[in-house]
Amino acid sequence: MNTAMQNPKSIESFELYAPKLATKEEFFVGGHRACQGCGEALAIRLMCKALGKDTVITNATGCMEVISSVYPTTAWNLPWIHVAFPNSASVGSGVEAGLTALRRKGKIADRRIKSVAIGGDGGTMDIGFQALSGAMERGHDMLYVCFDNEAYMNTGIQRSSGTPFLAATTTAPAGKVVPGNQVWKKNLPEIMVAHNVPYVATACQSYPIDFMNKVKKARQVKGPSYIHCFVTCPTGWRSPSETCIKLGRLALETGIFPLYEVEDGKYRMTVEVPEKRRPVQEYLKGQGRFRHLTPDQIQVIQERVDIEWDMLMIKVQNSKSRAELRAKRAK
Amino acid sequence: MGKRVGMEVAIASAEAAALCKFDVASVYPITPQSHVAEHLSDIVADGRVDASFITVESEHSALSSAMGASATGARVVTATSSQGLLFMSEVMPITSAMRLPIVMIIANRAVSGPINIWNDHSDIMPMRDTGWISFFADNGQEVVDMVIQAFKVGEDRRVMLPVNVNMDGFQLTHVVEPIIMPDQEEVDKFLPPYEPFATLHPDKVVSMGTLGMPEFFTEAQKSKNVALVNSKKVILEVWKEWEKQFGRKYEPIQSYRTEDAEIALLTMGSMGETAEIAIDELRKQGVKVGLLKIKLWRPFPFDELKKAVKGIKVLAVTDRACSFGGPGGPVFSEIRSALYDVPKRPKIVNFIIGLGGRDVPMEGFMEMVQKAAKGKLSEPYEFYGVRG
Amino acid sequence: MTEKKGPETWQEINPGCMVFRKGSAADYHTGSWRAKRPLWENEKCIKCGVCYIYCPEGCITEQKDGYFDANMDYCKGCGICAHECWPGAIKMVNEED
Repeated sequence: MNTAMQNPKSIESFELYAPKLATKEEFFVGGHRACQGCGEALAIRLMCKALGKDTVITNATGCMEVISSVYPTTAWNLPWIHVAFPNSASVGSGVEAGLTALRRKGKIADRRIKSVAIGGDGGTMDIGFQALSGAMERGHDMLYVCFDNEAYMNTGIQRSSGTPFLAATTTAPAGKVVPGNQVWKKNLPEIMVAHNVPYVATACQSYPIDFMNKVKKARQVKGPSYIHCFVTCPTGWRSPSETCIKLGRLALETGIFPLYEVEDGKYRMTVEVPEKRRPVQEYLKGQGRFRHLTPDQIQVIQERVDIEWDMLMIKVQNSKSRAELRAKRAK
Repeated sequence: MGKRVGMEVAIASAEAAALCKFDVASVYPITPQSHVAEHLSDIVADGRVDASFITVESEHSALSSAMGASATGARVVTATSSQGLLFMSEVMPITSAMRLPIVMIIANRAVSGPINIWNDHSDIMPMRDTGWISFFADNGQEVVDMVIQAFKVGEDRRVMLPVNVNMDGFQLTHVVEPIIMPDQEEVDKFLPPYEPFATLHPDKVVSMGTLGMPEFFTEAQKSKNVALVNSKKVILEVWKEWEKQFGRKYEPIQSYRTEDAEIALLTMGSMGETAEIAIDELRKQGVKVGLLKIKLWRPFPFDELKKAVKGIKVLAVTDRACSFGGPGGPVFSEIRSALYDVPKRPKIVNFIIGLGGRDVPMEGFMEMVQKAAKGKLSEPYEFYGVRG
Repeated sequence: MTEKKGPETWQEINPGCMVFRKGSAADYHTGSWRAKRPLWENEKCIKCGVCYIYCPEGCITEQKDGYFDANMDYCKGCGICAHECWPGAIKMVNEED
């Protein structure tokens, strides 16, 4: 059953009719070859709406590149470039450097065009990690959005550093001895915060207005910004396509994937989570990749999620922005 | 016409790029290319060229960023060497496939292992089939000239391909040579502003780097190959124009004292200069010997080679790299293959020389000529000067 | 450069396999993938647009009367719209029916 029907307020802290406020213009069109109920394709569509026309997209190799650019056609209504798997961030940084130089030299029109690089969890958290770190550290005026569906889905559901603990993938299968992925998911947003990126946020396709607002905010940043967008993959998660949105919502309501933003070092929750978080079991049970879990294993995950939640709350409650700290010193 | 200066060749190569008023430089430092990276950043930091210098975190990103910038319509220069070039190798064929006319200055250096920072050609040879135009310079003057020519050739609408200019690490990069630096006005006259075929800009939307299914992939490869093969016409045109404007002649294969030669050496890169002296010395002794120097490696100058070897009975090809387990050095393989269907072809022998900075003195080339005179070596190819 | 809809020879391949016809993936109709199709019961519809915002294909649009409908050329039948519709105004029916 639709979780929003049980708790309409939980869908998002925005007006019921907010979807109608989103621009009707589509920059990522139907005809793309994404699977039925693909959360990533939906997130891309929403991101493009928030970015608008003055944008250049750099796409890492991965599902979104493959399903959108089958020559001689393209699903993109925005300028778009794909080069390879590990280098979306560096190509995007070159796009930014090129546009900036050409604008400064008067060779193109004098208006701001945002360079936005995107990649999946594999292209961002693993093979593209070095390029991402470099691009963020160098301070380019660019946004990087990671669409994290928690495995190498394009090549057939192999484990990445975004794969959650104990999830079954094709390279971390639920075997007789080893029950799926043996390590906890890498916390990339936190690593981006450690890069002193002015704006870091987490997002999810199930909270479109929150996501679009974050994209708009990131777009405004004059410098690097990073959004980690959690997206459902019905094919890789072994979940029914219609539960795409529901699973994202459950990830939030269980505390598995909280939605927050870090502005200038200060943490803030952006979507309300019920006081009493749902048990992780509710999120795990709808997905074939977790089907093999025992109650004990689920308990281990529950404890970890609780602790991570507490750690995040400590940051939310205590963190200060650099601007605040500067102001304090001035006094 | 320009000004003669004494300048380190690595620095001169950066100065040549500056004369081309690049918009973006995306470079990661590596020995022996470092002075190029440093000097390009000096040029940008001092505002001598209005450009962005991207201090990338790796060579993979150096070429990737260069591609991103080039795709916006910027004139882009990068530079690397050895392991750095190999790290770029994933991106190399994509650069040419996406028809982005980036210019790359390569300070040729041995590839590990064992690790070795000195000169040979084992870095560029594995890049042979990536679809780039490849120039080889003999000396500092050629480096400067070729960097400027590279932008003009690569950016030509009939070409639209990346170009690498190869200069020997240390032997050239770290040597101060007398170089005629063209004036800015001269270069401006020679090199028009870059007018890209397509750019990443919302005013005219394009998708670059699309997915080629089996039904188009072969056609895409053929199209790239034809572009590279046809670029030779433009290269010859540009070299003619250069000669007319600057007085220095460039040919895909430069012949030295081959008129009546029966034996010829063949070199690529700076060793050609030492070989010339050896030829002079042998000529004094009455040996009918000459030298062929390859300046254009890709697209390969088949016609010019056939013409250049006319009358030559023995051709001693020198290679600065090994093709392990293969038929000989990579240059040798190409030359032999290119001459296979020539009825009166010379006998061809192969010396693998100057690996990882091993010096080859004039006497060395003289000895090679003497060994080659028989038209056959004791082995299919010889590691010249190897001990044991 | 004139845009070719379907290049056949190598001469017709755009340099760099660039695609200048934006949004041309729309040529490809993914509707044939569908096993089920969404049906709107407008009496229950509150015109909130949740179906529109959550469609991965972007194929649900607001009609002149304020109700929503899907372009069946692209609808893959994922069922998200029906699942997320608050008042239950959309139901998935078998394609054959």
